[in-house]
Amino acid sequence: MKTTFATLAVAAMIAVAAPASADLVVPNLSYRTGPFAAGGIPYADGFTDYFTLLNERDGGIGGEKVVVPECETAYNTEKGVECYEATKGQGALVYNPLSTGITYQLIPKVSADGISLYTPGYGRTSAANGKVFEWVFNYPANYWDGASVAVKHLLDENGGSLEGKTIALVYHNSAYGKEPIRTLTELSKKHGFKLTEIPVDSPGQEQKSQWLQIRREKPDYVLFWGWGVMNQVAVQEAGNIRFPMENMIGVWWSGSENDVTAAGAGANGYKSLAMHGTGMDYPVYADLKQYVQDAGKAAGAGDQVGSVLYSRGMYAAMVISEAIRKAQELAGTSAVNAAQVRDGFEALEITEERMAELGLPNFGQPFAASCEDHGGPGAGMIQQWDASAGKWNLITDFIAPDDEVLDALVLEDSAAYAAEAGLTERCN
Amino acid sequence: MFYREAGDFKTTYPEDAQTFPIQFDRVRYYAVLAIAFGVIPFFINDYWANAVFVPFLIYAIAAIGLNILTGYCGQVSLGTGGFMAVGAYACYKLMTSFPEVSILIHVLLAGGITACVGVLFGLPSLRIKGFYLAVATLAAQFFLVWLFNKVPWFYNYSASGQINSPERTVLGHFVTGPNTSAAAKYLFCLVILFALAWVARNLTRGTIGRRWMAIRDMDIAAEIIGVNPLTAKLSAFAVSSFFIGVAGALFFAVYLGAAEVGEVFGINKSFLVLFMVIIGGLGSIFGSFAGAAFLVLLPVFLKNVLVEGMGWPTDLAAHIELMIVGGLIVVFLILEPHGLAQLWRLTKEKLRLWPFPH
Repeated sequence: MKTTFATLAVAAMIAVAAPASADLVVPNLSYRTGPFAAGGIPYADGFTDYFTLLNERDGGIGGEKVVVPECETAYNTEKGVECYEATKGQGALVYNPLSTGITYQLIPKVSADGISLYTPGYGRTSAANGKVFEWVFNYPANYWDGASVAVKHLLDENGGSLEGKTIALVYHNSAYGKEPIRTLTELSKKHGFKLTEIPVDSPGQEQKSQWLQIRREKPDYVLFWGWGVMNQVAVQEAGNIRFPMENMIGVWWSGSENDVTAAGAGANGYKSLAMHGTGMDYPVYADLKQYVQDAGKAAGAGDQVGSVLYSRGMYAAMVISEAIRKAQELAGTSAVNAAQVRDGFEALEITEERMAELGLPNFGQPFAASCEDHGGPGAGMIQQWDASAGKWNLITDFIAPDDEVLDALVLEDSAAYAAEAGLTERCN
Repeated sequence: MFYREAGDFKTTYPEDAQTFPIQFDRVRYYAVLAIAFGVIPFFINDYWANAVFVPFLIYAIAAIGLNILTGYCGQVSLGTGGFMAVGAYACYKLMTSFPEVSILIHVLLAGGITACVGVLFGLPSLRIKGFYLAVATLAAQFFLVWLFNKVPWFYNYSASGQINSPERTVLGHFVTGPNTSAAAKYLFCLVILFALAWVARNLTRGTIGRRWMAIRDMDIAAEIIGVNPLTAKLSAFAVSSFFIGVAGALFFAVYLGAAEVGEVFGINKSFLVLFMVIIGGLGSIFGSFAGAAFLVLLPVFLKNVLVEGMGWPTDLAAHIELMIVGGLIVVFLILEPHGLAQLWRLTKEKLRLWPFPH
């Protein structure tokens, strides 16, 4: 055992000695293994590739190279803790763990260590309240926005009323899947529909009984909060019970190519939320091809380019790089530290013109953060899968969420956190 | 040469009955304690605490607990994860309901609550044995996880079903929450582990432990010589669950800070702790430490060597790591079916005879 410790010490010294330069460090807590790898791999590739592009094309951000140390979490909170501790000493500026469970774990830690946590479209929804969550940002949209957008879409389809309808929520039985329940309960009261909650235990390879229940109860619509291997199984099972696919709406984490291709033609018509555009029709892909893929610097196997989750990873990296740029501007120095990056996140404004400059015109919604607002406008689109063409088509424009319901919920939940953690509100 | 009984004279019964009869062992034991309490806290940093020492200490408590039940009393249990969850949720409810009471008391009370639950699920052991008991404890595992997911009272009706540990102090130092220093975290777990391991070692050496072992070796024979199987089996379940409950409470409150029952305390946790006990050595306190060390440190060590040291891609390293750990487990169990503790025992036997092995 003593020798184990000695060798471990040697290994740790190697680990500590390696990153000594003063680059901008943006750790990538990814998962390329385990039941959620199908979602983790494209996201991690898109995230890393975008920073590689900035390094190769522009020489980094404001002249500073960006280093993206990758750490494998396997979507597991214990490994997430290990990865956080391992990378935090390297001068990490911001974390993006792509796991709601790990996010919950990191929120108190980053607040104590003074490092930003950026969780676009996932994580703790009430972090949108910047008065309570100083170090956490989840713009442009969060789960509650997503739930509200899905319900609004259903309202539109039903001529403005869901009175007497039944909506089943099939969800991953974890912090991630439980997030929308509170919003949907409120919305069901407001619009008079009946909500049935159907949990699926992680990882979700076995959903026979859940879909049997749906076949028996015949809900009008199914909202679906799944991730990883659970998505493919659900789409397949929905097809097996001949559930009308156009009445099933997944969250944006259940709307990638991986989730529907396995079910073949049976998945045709399946809808999901989208918080950004997809496909290869953006100028940024030409640069990515020139500077990253053709130069042999692509992350992973390089076969994920242009997929939904690849674009989402790239989008997250784009927002982070813009926040760092903003921080450099505010601080007047290119070698920014974690506290300055936080200020950058808080002052960040992404306009349509800026996105066009970055090669992503009409890709996402424009937003501006402030001290109070860390959550953005929260609008989402609906996309539908066309199985014969093998692509997602956007069928709506951005739909704004029902802020009247959501704001009250955000305030309530963030106040509960503030009371629990003994925080006083900022921005007064 | 150093490791021998010769010349180590015992003149009183307590001396003769001490845990470490050989002087070298005693010195080594005190040296380990001195390093653990006197040296490591001064050098420990966040990474070493959170990635290596704290999980090792907590898993060691859980492994000792399971070893009491499975190794000493012979009752196979697959419910460890569920019992750890009981400890964690009990600790959470106590911490949030009685914030003015010391966390140390909460952790011990959480162990007590788990002991009660453990006894309840131990009742079938009076009628069924072996694989059938394993299935009954497996049911406990699934039931408990389902319960903590289903009933919102356990997680104080939070939106996501997550439990978060509030900040608590011991003697003015934070031991839970994000502002905890690495040394405080480490020392808090170390003190509890030291106390519990000491209790476990002495329990297993005394009347109760001998009863457990009698039941393990042959329950009918044990009953004939006057061991009451009811009290023996249920006391093993109670003591074991107490340890596992304390481990669960520390795992949630000190180590993770936030937990979600399905992911953290699932069936994988039960198997992990069972593997620790089997690899370390059934029926050995040292084995529990060795097994916990093996399964906590090896993955971290391999990850550091493969990713940081050799620059491999993280997914390849993660897969190779699983293969190496799995392979080593198989190799160990083929070469030494009685676990790491038996290797240690053999080493000591050899040392005793050295340099005259015949």
